[in-house]
Amino acid sequence: MNWTTALPELVLALSGMGILVFGVLNKRDTFQLCSMLTVGALLLAGVLVIAAPVGAGFNGLFTNDAFSLFTKLLVLTAAALGVVVSLDYNEHANLRRFEFPVLMLYASVGMMLMVSATNLMTMYVGIELMSLSIYVLAAFARDELRSSEAGLKYFVLGALASGLLLYGVSLVYGFSGSMDFVKIAGALADPAKSSTGLVVGLVFMVAGLAFKISAVPFHMWTPDVYEGAPTPVTAFMATAPKVAAMAVLLRLMASPFGHLLAQWQQLIVLVAVVSMLLGAFAAIAQSNIKRLMAYSSIGNIGYALIGLAAGTANGVRGVLFYLVTYVFMTIGTFACIIAMRRKGRSVEGIADLAGLSRTDPVMAVWLAVFMFSMAGIPPFGGFFGKFFIFTAAVEQGMWILAVIGVLTSVVGAFYYIRIIKVMFFDAPAEAFDARPGSISFVVAASGLFTTLFFFYPAPVVAAAEAAAKVLFH
Amino acid sequence: MNAAGFPLLSLVTWLPLVGVLVMMSVRGDEQTVATNARWTALWTSLIVFALSLVLWVKFDKADGGFQFVESAAWLPQWGISYKLGVDGISVLFVLLSTALTPLCILASWESITTRVREFMISFLILETMMVGMFAALDAVVFYMFFEGVLIPMYLLIGIWGGPRRVYAAIKFFLYTLAGSVLMLLALLAIWYQVGSTDMVTLLAAKIPVAMQTWLFIAFFASFAVKVPMWPVHTWLPDAHVEAPTAGSVILAGVLLKMGAYGFLRFSVPMLPVATANMAPLIYTLSVVAVVYTSLVALAQTDMKKLIAYSSVAHMGVVTIGIFTVNVQGISGALFQMLSHGVVSAALFLCVGVVYDRIHSREIARYGGLADRMPKYAFAFMLFSMASCGLPGTAGFVGEFLVLVGAFKVNFWLAGLGSLGMILGAAYMLFLYRRVIFGSITRDDLRGILDLSAREVAVFAPLVVLTLWMGVYPSSFSGFFDAAVNAMVDHHHAAIDSTTKLAEVLPR
Repeated sequence: MNWTTALPELVLALSGMGILVFGVLNKRDTFQLCSMLTVGALLLAGVLVIAAPVGAGFNGLFTNDAFSLFTKLLVLTAAALGVVVSLDYNEHANLRRFEFPVLMLYASVGMMLMVSATNLMTMYVGIELMSLSIYVLAAFARDELRSSEAGLKYFVLGALASGLLLYGVSLVYGFSGSMDFVKIAGALADPAKSSTGLVVGLVFMVAGLAFKISAVPFHMWTPDVYEGAPTPVTAFMATAPKVAAMAVLLRLMASPFGHLLAQWQQLIVLVAVVSMLLGAFAAIAQSNIKRLMAYSSIGNIGYALIGLAAGTANGVRGVLFYLVTYVFMTIGTFACIIAMRRKGRSVEGIADLAGLSRTDPVMAVWLAVFMFSMAGIPPFGGFFGKFFIFTAAVEQGMWILAVIGVLTSVVGAFYYIRIIKVMFFDAPAEAFDARPGSISFVVAASGLFTTLFFFYPAPVVAAAEAAAKVLFH
Repeated sequence: MNAAGFPLLSLVTWLPLVGVLVMMSVRGDEQTVATNARWTALWTSLIVFALSLVLWVKFDKADGGFQFVESAAWLPQWGISYKLGVDGISVLFVLLSTALTPLCILASWESITTRVREFMISFLILETMMVGMFAALDAVVFYMFFEGVLIPMYLLIGIWGGPRRVYAAIKFFLYTLAGSVLMLLALLAIWYQVGSTDMVTLLAAKIPVAMQTWLFIAFFASFAVKVPMWPVHTWLPDAHVEAPTAGSVILAGVLLKMGAYGFLRFSVPMLPVATANMAPLIYTLSVVAVVYTSLVALAQTDMKKLIAYSSVAHMGVVTIGIFTVNVQGISGALFQMLSHGVVSAALFLCVGVVYDRIHSREIARYGGLADRMPKYAFAFMLFSMASCGLPGTAGFVGEFLVLVGAFKVNFWLAGLGSLGMILGAAYMLFLYRRVIFGSITRDDLRGILDLSAREVAVFAPLVVLTLWMGVYPSSFSGFFDAAVNAMVDHHHAAIDSTTKLAEVLPR
């Protein structure tokens, strides 16, 4: 039993408890301090992740490989940026409570557990740790009706999804005789053993995970929860958990169920196509920017699923790469949304951005960069994400999927450039309050990443390639 | 690196961005920033133009291959590299882009009064994208520049455009994007098939005949929108009418050439069989474009719209020339592209001159300008004549060569194509008569001023170029003769080998 493989998770969980105790025992307002400590703990965990030994631990329940390294670093980055964007928002929205960063921290522990899981039970425990923390976060503004509604809705639907997932797990266990990924894969290597019951279990598991990544037809909660939850929570939900759940889906489909490619491929293709279509068309009519981002993330998940549908190492490389660009674009956009505040009150209408290029040119330019990037216009990061995804689809001869993908991206481009139109072409509305430093930092950092990425993409692509190869040895 | 070890093309491509950084660092009140931005942009673009003249001097006209090639590792694992270079086909378009940019900046000196710095920044970014697009020698790099053009152009139309600018900007963006994403899929398919994105390798690669038709359609979707060919030209009149003068100039002068350049760079050399098979379709669409849009141009009441439709007609001549795939046709198409780049740009500038003074583009609003604006009347006349292809001006050589090339293919093709020249003369003369001749009927036209020194400085190089290209065309065509010959030989060799293969194979 090699417990050092899980050292980053253990350290992060213990620091979470430490911060909690510190917050409870301290009489004064410790929100800012606890947030900074959380960021520190997340960074420390990142360093430990890089240093952690490669290999399986805990009798095969848990593993460290290039894939978990890549996704953990991404999750931790997203979580740290999520904590940073909440610093200022919570001050203004009267959510100054030290539990807030701690809940994000524990959600991150759950996510790290998920991406390292090599056993259905570890995976499930990780997912639940993440989900429970986020249910609370979504309802964190408890005096506000919308937030409570969002939390409740997310909890009820999320519990249903967990039930589906667990039911799928039990079916898979019953028909394959094991919870261990390697043993399941071994059991399925003989095609005769892949019974119908097992495929039903697989479908249930995909349904449960599709809920977590908000893929159609399990997306219904997304717009309401995104809109209702406090904006930093939305920013967090739209990035880190998506990465972790997608990573679980990738590992699950590629390693234990790799032999059932023919069965799950059609499922993923279908989910990808309807997600892209819904993401593209439903977003057009939105007037609230958080709802728009909800549909945008549904569409983005649809694109990422193309890579999984390809069922190759290149496809998984594309997904991982796509997630990197997606995380930075999304967190940057939400940081801009948090900065949309007039006289201390947050506004969320797209129309409120009118003439931003006159009142706050710097923020307008960065938001335009994120929008162009999401629309997949080169030279921004989002283009490369789509580029590698479509490469994988083309290699596998999935032409129809690729053509639907590029055409929906044109439809999607319409609502992204509409935001740019509002900011740059329309007459200025009243200016927003001055941007706080923490928000400017996140916007500039993710903006620079998105813009300058094309100069030197090789290391990220190489890391994604190494991570993807692990799943297809 | 080229032979001299100096990355000239990279410098020409990226130097405008240095100007952008300088402009962004300026602080001060709006007036200071605006003045500073104008001068910075002008000097940057002039330096870029001066550097690009090295291409004109040092280019080896006898060599049909790529010159000034430089390359750097970019995504080495996948064989994608940052590679630039020019051959006879692209070198003059690099020069056209760098020459028109300072003229556009000069032309918007006074007409752009709001958000001057943003305007100049957009323009310099646009220059980087255009030059990079023509110089790219890697398919992925090409695509990045090709689509990157959309961003500054969208902002130019949308921020500084006319009343319907938002509609025009979004239409422009979505039309072009829809075409280019299909091209992206085609590029990915070629990459997968050939295993390289290096265009020199791709040009020599043999792509299976079965794939060629599909790839051709995908490329066609992109380039036909960009050219634009009938019936996907409808974004162009909107974009031209709403764009500010400089935007129209660069749109007509350079951006329309990107589509035709794409046909010459990808469709014709890489997909020879599909090119031969699809040529009748292209001829049909081009002839419709030439005749129909010329007739539409005759009915316009808006000067910019008239010139925009004439652009569609002229570009129809270009596509006829390209798909004849003989030396005269392609040379004529290239020459027509260059001359249209100069002449239509100049015509839009002519419209801009009176628009700045009267703020109307209605033809009926004007009349009798010859009395008050003799210099303007002269410039406008020269460019009108060049547009309808008067011998001795730039417009003649290209159309003549294309028609010669078309005659070798099909009599009717050439016959209908030349109908465009007649109609072209009709609408241009009609426009000129109504704007310049007659008597002055409106009071505000009595006080109208002739070209200022700045405007003369804008028009003088274009006048010289128009006459130079008309009187001594070989100083331009000399650049691309070798490359065109090589391309035509390559095409016929590829067709021959395919036909031979078909004969050898058992049926």
